[in-house]
Amino acid sequence: MITLEQVTKVYQAANGAVTAVDNVSLEIREGEIFGIIGYSGAGKSSLIRLLNGLEKPTSGRVIVAGRDMARVKGRELRNARQEIGMIFQHFNLLWSRTVRENIAFPLEIAGVPREERQKRVDELIQLVGLTGREEAYPSQLSGGQKQRVGIARALANNPKVLLCDEATSALDPQTTDAILDLLVDINKRLGLTIVLITHEMHVIRKICDRVAVMESGKIVEQGDVLHVFRNPQQPITKRFVKQLVEPEETEEAVSHLFGHYPNGVIAQLTFVGAAAGQPLITQVVRQFAVDVNILQGKISQTHQGAYGVLFVHIDGAADEIGRALDYIQDQQVAVEVIHDAR
Amino acid sequence: MLANLLPNVQWETMWAATVETLYMTGMAVAATFVLGVVLGLLLFLTAKGNLWENRLANTVIAAFVNIFRSIPFIILIILLIPFTKWLVGTMLGANAALPALIIGAAPFYARMVEIALREIDKGVIEAAQAMGASTWTIIWKVLLPESLPALVSGITVTAVSLVGYTAMAGVVGAGGLGNLAYLEGFQRSHNDVTFVATVLVLVIVFVIQWIGDIVTSKIDKR
Ligand SMILES: Nc1ncnc2c1ncn2[C@@H]1O[C@H](COP(=O)(O)OP(=O)(O)OP(=O)(O)O)[C@@H](O)[C@H]1O
Ligand SMILES: [Mg+2]
Repeated sequence: MITLEQVTKVYQAANGAVTAVDNVSLEIREGEIFGIIGYSGAGKSSLIRLLNGLEKPTSGRVIVAGRDMARVKGRELRNARQEIGMIFQHFNLLWSRTVRENIAFPLEIAGVPREERQKRVDELIQLVGLTGREEAYPSQLSGGQKQRVGIARALANNPKVLLCDEATSALDPQTTDAILDLLVDINKRLGLTIVLITHEMHVIRKICDRVAVMESGKIVEQGDVLHVFRNPQQPITKRFVKQLVEPEETEEAVSHLFGHYPNGVIAQLTFVGAAAGQPLITQVVRQFAVDVNILQGKISQTHQGAYGVLFVHIDGAADEIGRALDYIQDQQVAVEVIHDAR
Repeated sequence: MLANLLPNVQWETMWAATVETLYMTGMAVAATFVLGVVLGLLLFLTAKGNLWENRLANTVIAAFVNIFRSIPFIILIILLIPFTKWLVGTMLGANAALPALIIGAAPFYARMVEIALREIDKGVIEAAQAMGASTWTIIWKVLLPESLPALVSGITVTAVSLVGYTAMAGVVGAGGLGNLAYLEGFQRSHNDVTFVATVLVLVIVFVIQWIGDIVTSKIDKR
């Protein structure tokens, strides 16, 4: 659906050239939700803006739905853009228009007759769950509602691709989850290809099928979300994955507990994929002469399976603890002893 | 009673002068609005990073706007005498004031339009582009509606200054309340005429401001 071939984007700024996108090649499949994650300034926005021709690449090819977005111009470019919806971090609604009129805007651009416009807008309002708010102005809506308008607007012309530039970064966690659910729903129902960029691992975890990690303009790592979570290669990827399963406060909370456990070990168990935490712990307690206490834990459901971390305290004879740890490791669970008082 | 207090005021003349002032102001406001919006749009669109980015055009328009905005109005009238004579055929009457009024006010308003357009969130323009909007669509459906409250409050301020300008134009023969106050009130020392003319000018200004405020708050949905 989307192919990037050795795409580079260089901005000429007053104080020299900035290479925002550096020789990126990517393949995004039809119907998937593809996430691009990176820190601020990594070049994510520049990359996504190349996909609808808001920026032209300095070199390389950008093929979206069979069209080379680097080369089309004028009317053809405008037609191509009608097949690519986009939503934004700050929603970018027209404040002078009501919800209904905002959603109708892309239909006006596409020259859809009034009657049909009305019908389509009604459908969209229902699709994004804004029934009853049709005549409100953006200033009267919450952030989540504004983003729903943004999504409805982006879907109005039945696009093949939906681009999301930090679509949830201005929203609180609950609203973020609701919007992400809506995106998954749209992806399933309409078979729409979604490209989203974010700096939050949570977003990738929750809805993406595949992920690319971007740093200083380059894609440093990409693959299936679970695969990347399981084997992060690059330091930046490791940092992102760590952010997800092991919030800083968890490590702190656990280190506070060291004093409470003068014996045994405290270990961090990292689960990826199907293996779930609870049955494993039961097995360990049954098979080995050890006590296991769960201190902290966080198991997240990804789009493709479970992923998470448990902090446990294991007490017993030193060699028995060793055998228990080996057993856990054999179950495809990564074990890291973070405090050893055997 | 009123006749005793204001012995020299001839109400028909006063009324005719008021109508002339309203006519000059109304025509000048309408033309200033159109010309100012066009110039303001050009200033905005040709600026760096915008849809019609063009350094040369921007510099030329900005220079034109700045020059005409800086010339004191009374001097502008004198400078424009040949142009006005050629265009209107005379230097007397309300129509003769219009070229100077419009050329004096339009650049002033153009700057306000430009500032109003710059206030529009760039993201909204970008969203329209991403939807495949043409530049004309962006101008008609994004730039103008989104800046409308500022455009209206700007034209209100401009209209108020224009009332003042018409009074000045009146002194050099253009008619209206300024002309009456000068000829009847000042030159013949009829202070009551000056007083009434002043009150009428104030009433016009207050009404303009009042209408402007109502319209602005009606259309501002932010
Ligand atoms: N129009 C521009 N002109 C010059 N430099 C630019 C321009 N747009 C972006 N850049 C530069 O390109 C680099 C990448 O910017 P970009 O906005 O793509 O990053 P990002 O990953 O989206 O960051 P953020 O998460 O903060 O939005 C930055 O160094 C930025 O300063
Ligand atoms: Mg960005």
